[in-house]
Amino acid sequence: MHFKRSLLSTALLTTALMGASFVAQAAVVPEGVILAAKQELVRGNGTEVASLDPHKTEGVPESHVIRDLLEGLVNQDANGKTIPGMAESWETTDNKTFIFHLRKDAKWSNGDPVTAHDFVYSFQRAVDPSTASPYSWYYEMTTMVNASEIIAGKKDKSTLGVKALDDFTFEVKLQNALPYFVMMMGHTTVKPVHKATVEKFGDKWTKPENFVGNGAFVVSKWVVNERIELTPNKHYWDNKNTVLTKVTFLPIENQVAEMNRFLSGELHMTNELPNEHFRRLKKKYPESVAIKGNLCTYYYSFNTKKPPFDDVRVRKAVSYAIDRNIIANAILGQGQKPAYFLTPEIVANFSPELPAYGKLSQKERNAQAKQLLEEAGYNQANPLKFTLLYNTSENHKKLAVAIGSMWKKNLGVEVVLENQEWKTYLDTKKQGDFEAARAGWCGDYNEASTFTSLMEGKNTTGGIHYQSAAYDKLIKDAIETTDEAKRQQLYYAQEALLAEDMPLAPIYQYVKARLLSPAVGGYAANNAEDKLYSKDMYIIAQ
Amino acid sequence: MFKFIFKRILEAIPTMLILITVSFFLMRFAPGNPFSSERTLPPQVMENINAKYGLDKPVFVQYTTYLGNVLQGDLGPSFKYKDFTVNELVADALPVSAKIGVVAFVFSLIFGVSVGTLAALRQNSWLDYAVMSTAMLGIVMPSFVLAPVLIYIFSIGLGWFPAGGWMDGSWHYMVLPVLAMAMMYVATFARITRGSMIEVLNSNFIRTARAKGLSYRYIVLKHALKPAMLPVVSYMGPAFVGIITGSVVIETIFGLPGIGKLFVNAAFNRDYSLVMGVTILIGFLFILFNAIVDILLAYVDPKIRY
Repeated sequence: MHFKRSLLSTALLTTALMGASFVAQAAVVPEGVILAAKQELVRGNGTEVASLDPHKTEGVPESHVIRDLLEGLVNQDANGKTIPGMAESWETTDNKTFIFHLRKDAKWSNGDPVTAHDFVYSFQRAVDPSTASPYSWYYEMTTMVNASEIIAGKKDKSTLGVKALDDFTFEVKLQNALPYFVMMMGHTTVKPVHKATVEKFGDKWTKPENFVGNGAFVVSKWVVNERIELTPNKHYWDNKNTVLTKVTFLPIENQVAEMNRFLSGELHMTNELPNEHFRRLKKKYPESVAIKGNLCTYYYSFNTKKPPFDDVRVRKAVSYAIDRNIIANAILGQGQKPAYFLTPEIVANFSPELPAYGKLSQKERNAQAKQLLEEAGYNQANPLKFTLLYNTSENHKKLAVAIGSMWKKNLGVEVVLENQEWKTYLDTKKQGDFEAARAGWCGDYNEASTFTSLMEGKNTTGGIHYQSAAYDKLIKDAIETTDEAKRQQLYYAQEALLAEDMPLAPIYQYVKARLLSPAVGGYAANNAEDKLYSKDMYIIAQ
Repeated sequence: MFKFIFKRILEAIPTMLILITVSFFLMRFAPGNPFSSERTLPPQVMENINAKYGLDKPVFVQYTTYLGNVLQGDLGPSFKYKDFTVNELVADALPVSAKIGVVAFVFSLIFGVSVGTLAALRQNSWLDYAVMSTAMLGIVMPSFVLAPVLIYIFSIGLGWFPAGGWMDGSWHYMVLPVLAMAMMYVATFARITRGSMIEVLNSNFIRTARAKGLSYRYIVLKHALKPAMLPVVSYMGPAFVGIITGSVVIETIFGLPGIGKLFVNAAFNRDYSLVMGVTILIGFLFILFNAIVDILLAYVDPKIRY
């Protein structure tokens, strides 16, 4: 990657010097690629960002921008592999104590060196109750020493298990061995912030006039609800290989509006692609439709504390009767896959055996479902009735209608569809005031625990009401084991237990579909977490 | 006149207070809260967040604190856009909505009154029929239909104007939103002007003016236009407010960073302080524009003045 970047910048320089177009010759840059004179990328970014402070955000749009502004200990390459970021290398002997060796040439955008002290300050700030970070629980998940106690206000933030051994050596101590800890350090919430700037400007440190970061770009303009503009950070350690001269993020929530702006040439890449236009776009602009696997699962969760779903037979019957192939292939048809696990198959090293019902044909599943329902006391005279809750969206509605008719046709179930606006829906779910509800989750890191931990008793309180001592023990064992193979088996056991208890019905595995201009080079087409670094991208002359 | 204005200001104070109180409590009673998310937050994390934003205190205490701050002109920090205060957000968004709104309003007023007058003067001619049928089309076509049609033709098809964005208010970013917003009002102004103008032209004092041998042009401009404007002026208040509130749709479709967009997002996000801030602003504008229209009417219609 670095080799390619330097070739590109040479290409740029040569282009400038010769004042003529330049054909790159290296094997990594495709034959005949000519860089455009204007290297300004415009990206659709969904909703307006809640903040550019990594310790105050929780959403995907925020992460897209912050990834360009701040660099954590590690980054990801185009295939989602963890690669060095601020840390050049790292070591551990027991997966409990991690030592990160920081690069010595890294600087903040004001010229200050990036040191281990910056990471100590930032990690402590993230768990500090007065920061009130909505993602502070992520630090708890790493089992970092004293993280839970600090968040609970029982210990001082200075007791967090982090230490600067010297200016460029950063040590983290965990309670439990966690072999995927380094991978978790690629997340937004573990990015560093510049202490002096944060202390001087408080909540206003992210404003363009105050901003100091250590990423490849800095904020140069921010108009709420319209755009955020970034320009290269001249002090970035790898700035010589940044090709783009400007990156613009546009918050366009409406997918059709975003598509229109792409089609009229105002955007290089969209954040989403409207489902109902997919076939037309694919036919008319095949070169612009980009699809890749995505680390997310779509599912229906059951309220196991309330009838009728307090009966596992009912949960199973309703889950079995969903024809996942029709949903994934016929209704969605963008490359989504049927799901039989909470964890999507794209997760690294995750390939468990399908649960028994997953191996059956749909006809056999329907027969089993019918039998289960009859055993539970439901039949034609006494049909199963329940309400399916989903948050207002055309896509969710389409699936709910399709699945509702599958239930009706195969099981005679009478389902009422109820849609609620997002925040109301979240509240209803939290109050446990539902029977079955749509849900979805995208992984925070490429590992099964980011999914399976969702069903841990303490994380479902008020949520989907699944409480299983056996399941919680499997989660605990997986965190505590030091044996990689055994951990994998424990994840499989967790999924097997979920299939047995069926607190949720996995439906499909997401894909990330977007409109992408053929002029964009360096797009990470195989990064399942959609971690796109603008510093890796460039604009090709058309 | 000053007494009249002073009275309007005094009347506005209790209205604003009721508005603030009712919206404050309605907002708190709405399901959901600003910090709910897909993954249920651990109680401790939630507590820390509530403490930071003062949501751990009783609602009435929150209300009195809020009211005290508002009186000092402080609308508080936004609960969603954590790097901004509500004052900053509103101060950035208002000029956008105002610019689009004023341009659309002036355009629809001038254009609507002109074609309406023309149609009245050439009553029952082909020009009259053409203007009035176009006006009918303009009235029945809502802006959320018109806007995508304009985008499809002028942005995607012809590539003349951008399909969205603001770019600090450059004129070519304003053309489509202004057109989409103004169309309905152009049509309504045209119809009102035409009707009123025909009525005035048939009235006794115009016949007298004609009998005196005055030129037709002089009669229309000097005698007919002013009384014919009465219904138009009455309609200006609701039209202006309509343009401002109608901008919610237009701002969403064209991705404009205005008040409407801010308001809709704030409501969806349960951004309590931002919803309150925008509500106070819109309430204030409503009262202000109604007062302005009353003053204008008093100026145009001597019957009101005396």
